[in-house]
Amino acid sequence: MTLYQRRKLANRLALTLSLCAMAFGLIWLLWILETTIVKGFSALSWSLLTESTPAAGTMGGGLLNALVGSLLLVFFATLFGTPIGLLAGIYLVEYGRFTWLSKTVSFVNDVLLAGPSIVMGLFVYAVIVVPTGSYSGWAGVIALLLVQIPIVIRTTENMLQLVPQTLREAAFALGTPKWKMILAITLKAARAGIITGILLGIARIAGETAPLLFTALNNLFFTTDMSGPMANLPKMIYDFAMSPYPRWQEIAWAGVLLITIGVLFLNILARFFSRKKF
Amino acid sequence: MSKLTVRDLNFYYADFHALKNISLEIPEKMVTAFIGPSGCGKSTLLRTFNQMYALYPEQSATGEVIMNGVNLLNNKQDVALLRAKIGMVFQKPTPFPMSIYDNIAFGIKLYERLSRSELDLRVESALTRAALWHEVKDKLNQSGYSLSGGQQQRLCIARGIAIEPEILLLDEPCSALDPISTAKIEELITELKKDYTVVIVTHNMQQAARCSDFTAYMYLGELMEFGETQQIFVKPTRKETEDYITGRFG
Repeated sequence: MTLYQRRKLANRLALTLSLCAMAFGLIWLLWILETTIVKGFSALSWSLLTESTPAAGTMGGGLLNALVGSLLLVFFATLFGTPIGLLAGIYLVEYGRFTWLSKTVSFVNDVLLAGPSIVMGLFVYAVIVVPTGSYSGWAGVIALLLVQIPIVIRTTENMLQLVPQTLREAAFALGTPKWKMILAITLKAARAGIITGILLGIARIAGETAPLLFTALNNLFFTTDMSGPMANLPKMIYDFAMSPYPRWQEIAWAGVLLITIGVLFLNILARFFSRKKF
Repeated sequence: MSKLTVRDLNFYYADFHALKNISLEIPEKMVTAFIGPSGCGKSTLLRTFNQMYALYPEQSATGEVIMNGVNLLNNKQDVALLRAKIGMVFQKPTPFPMSIYDNIAFGIKLYERLSRSELDLRVESALTRAALWHEVKDKLNQSGYSLSGGQQQRLCIARGIAIEPEILLLDEPCSALDPISTAKIEELITELKKDYTVVIVTHNMQQAARCSDFTAYMYLGELMEFGETQQIFVKPTRKETEDYITGRFG
């Protein structure tokens, strides 16, 4: 066999192997999607969006309380988490770049990023739920914040690092004040990537169950009172799927479908933004 | 008449001694070229003039760089105002992520509050002086990145001169450009010296010979020879300079 033939053979082998690996990953994803759609679709109805969860063993009802609860939790977590994450990311790259503080924060952030989310839930249980004496939506928001902030910090940091240093130098050469350079030039250049990161952060916390287990808990009734236990989709799915009542199981599947569609939508949106260049 | 006076300038990248006892005078409204092999310190010297090194904590400079009677290395200087007087254009074009119009208006708005029509005039004037106006006048709202490399570089020059600096520093402005764009920039440099003091770092010997009035030859952080371009290229006093210029070394 000539060297050339060997090279072609090796190429074909590598291509086949990587195609197999891709197919392996894709099969599970499609299977999950198929199961979700088949099982969840039959339970889809208007009442899902207009009625709260039914009492145990009864028919009818929907997921309104869990949907609104999840939206509120994710909304507040994003509202507080995004600015904190953005500012921290900006500090790491633009202000603290050469300092030990920045390196330490960056490292600790990596640890938080990789940390199991149940740890965040237990932590908030210990420092918020126990002292205040009750599970609450706010406790859930704080637990979700702890999951989301590291993601936003990380993407902001990475995206700002991708901005060429010469662009900063060019801004400085004009005598631009630092805050203005960051706002008008580096953030703008990194905008698409940062928005993508924020969206992926939202997608991540929308599906998180563990941080809410001991914080927001769950609620079978409709409420917008963030200082009490709060209904939310992931925990509702967890509780209902484990229940012996067929209607609850059905609703759990519908919830799974809704959450999958939501997260899929956020991911597609993120891809759209990451492609957009100035 | 000298615009910038450099005296006993030493520069360090952490422990590395990059510039050694540099002293020279940059003449006003002339083009001064810095030549020398890679790593000789010519860009470093250029970057001390507008204190670009102050961005990096491990870099430091000692000595004097005097403009209008003031030592620029003295930290009491307002660095932003200083940079406004000394424009800079980089090796690679660096348009900001905004429209062509805003690329120019951005710098002007840092220092002046102008009406829209006044600002329009200033933008047009800067683009005209950078020989770019006719190519972009119908697409001022398009992104600065939509221009070709040579146009982007002229946009950066326009941005630099829009704030009316006294000195223009050009750090290998043509090294990423094709010959036609290079010729345009060189013409522009000759045009610009009527109003500005220009300092250019270049790897291109012909470029230095063509468009500069004075030339400094640097080697390993030292200023080997400095004089009128004519003299440096025709009758260098040092053997090393002659070797470099004739291509026997470098």
